[in-house]
Amino acid sequence: MAAKEKMKSERKEMLTVARKSLENKETIMNGIVQQLCKVQSCDEVVAETFLLRFASPEITASAKPGQFVNVLAAETGKGPLLRRPFSIARVDSDIVELLFHAIGAGTILLSQKQPGDMIDVLGPLGQSFRVDADYDTALIVAGGIGVAPFPFLTTDLLKRGKRIETFVGYRNAGQILTSHLQNIHIATDDGSTGFHGNVVQLFEPFLDRTELGKVKIFACGPTVMLKALAGLAKRKNICCEVSLEGHMACGVGLCQGCPVERTGDGAKYALVCKDGPIFLTTDIIL
Amino acid sequence: MAASKKNKVKTSFTLRGVEFKNRVFVASGTFGYGDEIRTLVDVNRLGGIFTKSLSWKPRAGNPPQRVVETASGMLNSIGLANIGVHAFIEQKLPNLRALDTKIIANIAASSLQEYCDVLSLLEEQEGIAAYEINVSCPNVKEGGLNFGTDCSMIGKITASLRKLTNKALIIKLTPNVTHISEFARAVEAEGADAVSVINTLIGMAIDIKTRKPKLSTVTGGLSGPAIKPVALAKVYEVAKSVKIPIFGIGGIASVEDAIEFLLAGATAVQVGTMNFVDPAISVKIADGMAIYAREHGISDLGTLVGALDADLKFSVLQSWL
Repeated sequence: MAAKEKMKSERKEMLTVARKSLENKETIMNGIVQQLCKVQSCDEVVAETFLLRFASPEITASAKPGQFVNVLAAETGKGPLLRRPFSIARVDSDIVELLFHAIGAGTILLSQKQPGDMIDVLGPLGQSFRVDADYDTALIVAGGIGVAPFPFLTTDLLKRGKRIETFVGYRNAGQILTSHLQNIHIATDDGSTGFHGNVVQLFEPFLDRTELGKVKIFACGPTVMLKALAGLAKRKNICCEVSLEGHMACGVGLCQGCPVERTGDGAKYALVCKDGPIFLTTDIIL
Repeated sequence: MAASKKNKVKTSFTLRGVEFKNRVFVASGTFGYGDEIRTLVDVNRLGGIFTKSLSWKPRAGNPPQRVVETASGMLNSIGLANIGVHAFIEQKLPNLRALDTKIIANIAASSLQEYCDVLSLLEEQEGIAAYEINVSCPNVKEGGLNFGTDCSMIGKITASLRKLTNKALIIKLTPNVTHISEFARAVEAEGADAVSVINTLIGMAIDIKTRKPKLSTVTGGLSGPAIKPVALAKVYEVAKSVKIPIFGIGGIASVEDAIEFLLAGATAVQVGTMNFVDPAISVKIADGMAIYAREHGISDLGTLVGALDADLKFSVLQSWL
């Protein structure tokens, strides 16, 4: 009988192990974490644009500006299958902030998260902006939701004592997001606020200002905008780094789903998730 | 009774003299060459790693868009992007060799000669346990041949490769044919040791705003939980037709899914698309299978293979609601 009891308790122990093995969502190695994170808040900051804040001491400890996280908004089998990639907008002690447009099934689901809800996060992923290069002034150029990675970058650049000028372009005054940015210049397509026109038109004359010293461009936004900036940077021989968006399934280089064409010899494509999302415009073909 | 004394579950199985520690593998093209993810996941707990397809020369792959999500699944059109067999041997194999799991090299080619060349080169290397032959990629159409849908052609490829190796030859079959079992029989007859069932199903998605296809190649391969019922049916069909083992593939996302494949006739399973959602899922499923077996008093997972109870007289549908 005693043997039977012992077997029973062993079995119970195994079941606990079973449950642990299946539920343990945390794997930490090389700074990349996969974990369930608690949502602190999720607010609509301007129309259809949300600021989601979640806690992760592990991610905030290792994240660098320009990196992203891949977020699973739904439970398996109950919604979008794949994770959604988001630039890290800012880190604030243990809190990671994401800024995103709710435009599809995954982002809409994410926008409905309440404080206390858990989200499955993989990150921080990808390459960061190279902030320590040789320049005096950082020229940040963002189009629409492309502003997402720049609060984080701004914090970092300020610590490094860099001068920052920020150029943001939106369709209209109702969409403007400028929190945690520095020396902001605004362009709107409809002229409802700031410069009437696109952000590249607003930005271009600044490149001739000698008081800025040596400049470096950091940009994120629609491909047409990035293309125009890349052309401008090439003509003026200025270093320009861009953050790209890519359709990706995994975010870690497994699926090979997010190619971007490279310049030069060697492999034809780089992967947005692993080799990027930050690229020098001279390294890629937009 | 005595068997369960130590409650030790046999998870391993043998294929052509090679012992695999368990029945859960990662599918080709969903785990890179094992090194991308090695730092994030304890790959040594897997039965084995099927490498990204290897061709003679590197392949850049298809232009974007390469992936698109669909209901409970995804379409891909990667186009066999890979570093080529030479770079694999120089850069990847040394690291893979050091792992405590089996490496199965997946070979893709656009001619019979290329299959033979790649396999012959790999034969000279240490550290490869078996070969999986991809005759069924839906995203590459070259040389006017679509090997996977030509029964006599895949028989010929199998026969040619059989002469070149004593290691296990696993042929990965496409479901995009009328009767997959005919293809399984053809490769069995030519000396294949196992078949992988199934590769992706041809699928398509359209952006109705732009009226353009969502993939650059218009159609692509559908994978993920969406295809699991199809894959199970194909495994069942093949299991009834051949004696060689089957690696079941198609939307496996849990221990329960893997058990279903074993019951339908698969000797082992490959986890694919779900690795993208949770890089550690294959390891969790491998661990979970042993735990499932213990919970259910199963001493050898092999006893589940093909153990489907097809007597429907007393079937009770559980978990319908």
